[in-house]
Amino acid sequence: MIEYKSNELLRFTTAGSVDDGKSTLIGRLLFDSKSIFEDQLEAVQKTSDFRGLDYLDLSLFTDGLRAEREQSITIDVAYRYFSTPKRKFIIADTPGHIQYTRNMVTGASTANLAIILADARNGIVEQTCRHSLIASLLKINHIVLCVNKLDLVDYSQEIYERIVDQYKVFASKLEVKDISFIPISALMGDNVVDRSDKMDWYEGPTLLYHLENVHIASDSNHIDCRFPVQYVIRPQSDLNHDYRGYAGRIAGGVYKPGDEVTILPSGFTSRIKSIDTFDGPVEEAFAPMSVTITLEDDIDISRGDMIVRTHNQPETGQDIEIILCWLNNKQYNPRAKYLLMHTTKDAKAIIKEINYKIDINTLHRIEDDKILNMNDIARVKLRTTQPLFYDSYSRNRNTGSLILIDEGTKETVAAGMII
Amino acid sequence: MENYNLNYLKELESESIYIIREVAAQFERPALLFSGGKDSIILTHLARKSFYPSKIPFPLIHIDTGHNFPETLDYRDKMVESIGANLIVGHVQDSIDKGRVKEETGFNASRNMLQTVTLLDTLEEFKIDAAMGGARRDEEKARAKERFFSHRDEFGQWDPKNQRPELWNIFNGKKNPGEHFRIFPISNWTEMDVWQYLHMEKIEMPVIYFTHKRLCIKRNGTILAHSEHLNLRESENPELLQIRFRTIGDMTCTGAVMSEANSLEDIITEISISRQTERGTRADDKRSDSAMEDRKREGYFDLEFGFGI
Ligand SMILES: Nc1nc2c(ncn2[C@@H]2O[C@H](COP(=O)(O)OP(=O)(O)O)[C@@H](O)[C@H]2O)c(=O)[nH]1
Repeated sequence: MIEYKSNELLRFTTAGSVDDGKSTLIGRLLFDSKSIFEDQLEAVQKTSDFRGLDYLDLSLFTDGLRAEREQSITIDVAYRYFSTPKRKFIIADTPGHIQYTRNMVTGASTANLAIILADARNGIVEQTCRHSLIASLLKINHIVLCVNKLDLVDYSQEIYERIVDQYKVFASKLEVKDISFIPISALMGDNVVDRSDKMDWYEGPTLLYHLENVHIASDSNHIDCRFPVQYVIRPQSDLNHDYRGYAGRIAGGVYKPGDEVTILPSGFTSRIKSIDTFDGPVEEAFAPMSVTITLEDDIDISRGDMIVRTHNQPETGQDIEIILCWLNNKQYNPRAKYLLMHTTKDAKAIIKEINYKIDINTLHRIEDDKILNMNDIARVKLRTTQPLFYDSYSRNRNTGSLILIDEGTKETVAAGMII
Repeated sequence: MENYNLNYLKELESESIYIIREVAAQFERPALLFSGGKDSIILTHLARKSFYPSKIPFPLIHIDTGHNFPETLDYRDKMVESIGANLIVGHVQDSIDKGRVKEETGFNASRNMLQTVTLLDTLEEFKIDAAMGGARRDEEKARAKERFFSHRDEFGQWDPKNQRPELWNIFNGKKNPGEHFRIFPISNWTEMDVWQYLHMEKIEMPVIYFTHKRLCIKRNGTILAHSEHLNLRESENPELLQIRFRTIGDMTCTGAVMSEANSLEDIITEISISRQTERGTRADDKRSDSAMEDRKREGYFDLEFGFGI
C-alpha cells in the first residue's frame, strides 16, 4: 500500500519568457497530480471568481513570483513539490525575465532536467535560446521543449513542427544529451498530465509521463571515486574508544570495504575498513549517499581532505580555469581577494585574468570588456591560496563547482564551473 | 549494469544529513530547535544519524510555553534520555516573570506569540550562532523561496533581499560578528514525505498523534483540547471526542482532527484520502476542513522557529 520503496527523486527547473505560461503549467502539474490542498484550491477559486473568470486560473497557485514581478521587488528561485506514485519532483521555479540569469543558474545547478517553454504563436525567441544555453552550461542532461498554447493555433501540427525544426537547428550547438519536444496547452491541460484528444498527430508521451520515466540514474558519476571529508567522528566513549570515522557525502564513484584509497593532500594510502551508517555498515556506497568511512590505518585526516581511489585521482592545482557567473549587485573588484568554497574545502582566491565574457544569447565571446556585473558570465583564471582537488564540471558537478564569497560582506558573489 | 538508485526518501535523508553535518562543521555553537512536533522529531532523528556512533554534538532547545501537552514533555524527556542529548529549556513563564513579555488575556489567549521572545533570549543567552529548525518549504507559498541557510543580521532580522543564492551543494555559512543563521535541513520534504519517513524508519511518536478520546471544545471550526489553560466561553461545553493531532504545539491553539487513525499507516492513508477529496470543489468533509486549519496552525507555530524572524 505504501509505495515509497523504489521511487526516485527528479529535480527540474522551468524556464520561459514572461507570459509563455510557466505558472499555468506548474499549476496544471500540481493540480492534475492532486498536489493542491483544499485551502489553496479554495483561495484560487475565489480569486478566479472575483476576477470574473469562468475557469480556474491555475497560475495563481504559484502567484508568489507573479505578485513580486508586478511590484518589481526581489525575484528569486522558488521551490515547489509534487509527487506521483512513480516519482517525487522538486521544481526550481525561476523567473524568466532577462536580468535573471543569476536565478536560472541557481535553479539549474541542482536540476536533472529543464523544461523550456515556447509560445506556439511566437516560436523560438531570444529567451528560449538564452535559457537553453544556461541549461547546457550548467550541464543539465535533459531538456524538454514544451511548445505551449497549441489551443491558440488550432492544435496545428505544421506550426508545432516548424518550431521543433527551428529549435533543432539552434540546439545542435548545445551540449545536451537528451532533448525532447512536447506540444501542450497548459491552460486546457492537453498533453500535460492527460493525453490530448485534439492532437492525434502527436504520438509521443505526455509531459508528466516523460518526467516520470526519463532515465536519470546514470546522470551521477559512478566512475571516479571522490569523497570529500566533511566532518570527523570520534565518539571517545568507552564503547567506541578508538573509533575514528570520516563523515561525508559521496561526490562520485562507488566505494566498497577493502578498496585501496589515497588521502589528499597527504598522499597516504590505506584501505577502507568499513562504510558505516546509523542503520548499520553497507557493502557499497555511491553518490549521493551520506556515509561514514573508516580506514585500516590511523592517518591524520580532517575536513577538506579527500579520500579517492589510488589509481583514479582528481586534478590538483592552484591555477584553475572556470566559467563564472557573477551573482552580486556589487561589481567585481579586480584588486579583491575572495573566499572560495569548493566541496568541503575553504580557500582564498584572486581572479587573475578575465579571458573573455560570454554573450549568453549567442555564446559569442566579448573580448574587450573586463567588468563583471550581476548576471554576467565569463571565462576566468583563478589563483587559489591552497591546492584544490577537482574534476572538470562536465565530468562531475560536485567536484567541478565552486563559489566565491566577498571577504567583507560574506555574501556569495559568484558561481564557478571548472573547465 | 548495476543500479545505483536511491529511493527518494533516502535521497532526502542523505541531503538533510549533509546539511546537518555542514552546520556542525561550519558553526561554533549550533543548536537544534525541538518543539515536540513531527518535524523536529525527524530533525532530531536525522541529527542522530549524522554523527553516529557519536552523540549529537550540539544541544536541543525546547521553548516551553508552560501550556504543553503533558504527553509532549513526557516524550521529550524520554527521548533526550535515551539518546543522551543535551537539552536546554527556555521558559515563557520566565520571560513573563522578567517582564520581557506580557501574558495575553481573554478567550483566545495564547502564549504562542510570546515564545518568539523567549526563543531569541535563549539563543542569545547560549550564544547560538546557527539554530536548526524543522520548517519545510511546502508548508506555505511564502516559504517556497527560503534558503537552507537563512541569514540573520546582527539585529536578528531576516532580510529577504539579502539572502544568499544557494548553488549545488555548497552552503555559505560565513558571517560577520553578531550575525547568525537559521537552518532548515528538511526544507525539501513535504508533509507526506515526513509521514512516510516516520513510517519507514519506525520512529516512535508522541501518543497524541494517534487516535484517542479526549475532552475537547469546538471553536471557530477548530477542535481544541480542553485544559486548564483554555478560557471557556459560557456557551462552550467540553465534549468527549475521538480525535488525534496532526501537529503539536501549544495546547491552547493546536487544532485536533476527528480521526480513528491508530498507526502511521492509518495516518498516511488518511492524509492521502483527504488530499484527494481536496481536488473536488468544496468537499464538505470535516476532516480535510480541520486539516487545513491544522496546516495554518502549524505555519503559525513554525513561524516562531525561523521564517520571518
Ligand atoms: N490559451 C492559452 N493560454 C495560456 C496557456 N498557458 C498559459 N496561458 C495564458 O497565458 C497567460 C500567461 O500565463 P502565465 O502562466 O502567467 O505565464 P508566465 O508568465 O510564463 O508564468 C495567462 O493569461 C494564461 O492564462 C495555454 O496553453 N493556452
